[in-house]
Amino acid sequence: MPKLSVRTELLVAFAALAVLAMLPAFTSSKALVDFVIRAAAFGLFATSLNLLVGYGGMVSFGHGLFFGLGAYSFGLLMQRTGLPIPVAFALTLVISALSGLVIGAICVRLKEIYFAFVTLAFQMLLHSLIVSWVPLTGGDQGLLGGIPRPTFFGVNLANHIHLYMTSAVLLVVGLLLMRQIAQSPFGYTLRMIRDNPGRTSFLGVNVFRTKLTAFVLAGVFASAGGTIMSLFVSSAYPDFAYWTMSGEAIFIIMLGGTSTFLGPMVGTVVLLLLNDVVTRITPHYGLVLGIVILLFALGLRKGITDFIVEWFDDRRTARITAADAEEGAR
Amino acid sequence: MLEIKNLVKAFGGLRATDDVSMTFETGSLTAIIGPNGAGKSTFFNLITGALTPNSGSIVLDREELVGLSQMQIVRRGIGRAFQIASIFPSLTVEETLLGAAAADSGQSGSLLGRFPAEGTRGEAERVARMLGLWSKRNVPASNLSHGDQKLLDIALALMLRPKVLLLDEPTAGMGPEERWQMIEKVRQLWELEKITVVFIEHDMDIVFKVAPSIRVLCYGRLLAQGTPDEIRSNPAVIEAYLGTAHGEEAA
Repeated sequence: MPKLSVRTELLVAFAALAVLAMLPAFTSSKALVDFVIRAAAFGLFATSLNLLVGYGGMVSFGHGLFFGLGAYSFGLLMQRTGLPIPVAFALTLVISALSGLVIGAICVRLKEIYFAFVTLAFQMLLHSLIVSWVPLTGGDQGLLGGIPRPTFFGVNLANHIHLYMTSAVLLVVGLLLMRQIAQSPFGYTLRMIRDNPGRTSFLGVNVFRTKLTAFVLAGVFASAGGTIMSLFVSSAYPDFAYWTMSGEAIFIIMLGGTSTFLGPMVGTVVLLLLNDVVTRITPHYGLVLGIVILLFALGLRKGITDFIVEWFDDRRTARITAADAEEGAR
Repeated sequence: MLEIKNLVKAFGGLRATDDVSMTFETGSLTAIIGPNGAGKSTFFNLITGALTPNSGSIVLDREELVGLSQMQIVRRGIGRAFQIASIFPSLTVEETLLGAAAADSGQSGSLLGRFPAEGTRGEAERVARMLGLWSKRNVPASNLSHGDQKLLDIALALMLRPKVLLLDEPTAGMGPEERWQMIEKVRQLWELEKITVVFIEHDMDIVFKVAPSIRVLCYGRLLAQGTPDEIRSNPAVIEAYLGTAHGEEAA
């Protein structure tokens, strides 16, 4: 993969943000605005899962826990405390980080399948808690009465365009931060642990601490995605913390590809498009989705961006080989 | 100086390392030989802390290593390359060495700043050039030849600037020509780095040609030690291991 300079990344991020900012001026389509807000929520969620899966080799089946935790923490803080939105948002991230620390400390020592299942177990624990603690969470009904959205710094999240812009900014900033994590010395240590934990530890790296840090960070970004979702629907539902939410994120990164940073973002957009198109045509959404999953899992065995990267790599290798052959002929 | 005194490691009734004492002078190059099951790899595992001895002591420059964790022993200056190259398949040669350098300089957990970590490029390039890996720096480790993977494994160990480098069969699984190239690289790095190098080797021609000092292990015990000439003519070694006086006949 080509290594981009920090400045190039910032430039790309700024350009993306500028395009998103101008979008509502060109179209009055509410569906498109909604689409971007959902893509922000799921994009942060899926990209954070890829920090664990793609970079750290830790396949979590319970990442939806943090999505649900973010949505409920933020929703409840807004409903019950009357704190300003930025403060409630920051507190939500802190709550997720602390939960990630406790759950991660138990999980990250476990090997592959055990890690997957214990993370899943924690997620189901949260889900049961939400469903059964009716006085606090509203149980099956979700958070009732909507989430209050007082204006802060002139931003009124009850306004559709304001919410849209806030989501876009959160998405771009979140992606930039995760990109920084992936390209930092820490990010490469994480790749080393994914490839060969024994040798990494032999180099004097604390493998447990590195994995735990990754788990906590991924949880924090996932909960930011959950917060956007709760603002979008002005509520939080037990489904946000159900295992299917984790499954969706796994599907997104499989679809988009785990070997590139933006793969999960591509996967998010494709899945949401697929979702919107298919549900309009047929009620058998699950069936179509299942077939697409099978196609990618069994047929292609790679995500969309993996193919693009490989195509570039092949072309480069072909060029080098051709140059070598030419040199050899001389 | 690495001093091993009365080292014992038993697995059940089997004494894989049986009261072994030996000394490796600082800056020496030593080969360890012995038939299969002689306890050579166990011996390395004890020194690096992968196994804990039942009794005995391992002292590096007056510091006791027994009882320290693997990580602490690495930090004290014992480096190791493995019999089967232990590398990072998806990272390139350069990324691998820069990652090790980050670990060595205590920056492996740094979230700020970009990879490679500050001040790590020079050392990575120096080690890669010394072992002839610099031209392959952008190749993913999984695409390297078997020999280059083993060199990368050694390079990884060197990135931690060890005082003592333990090489477990650096030429395992290689053809005759490749073996000589490999061992020549090992000899070069020993000369350049001026560190203590100990290697396990099965090829007697290589051992007798390259190693100024040889230790023979047999059934967990130190059978003999000395120069190639002394080992070649040692009756106990001939009986237990070489079969015939080596050099007189192609064994």
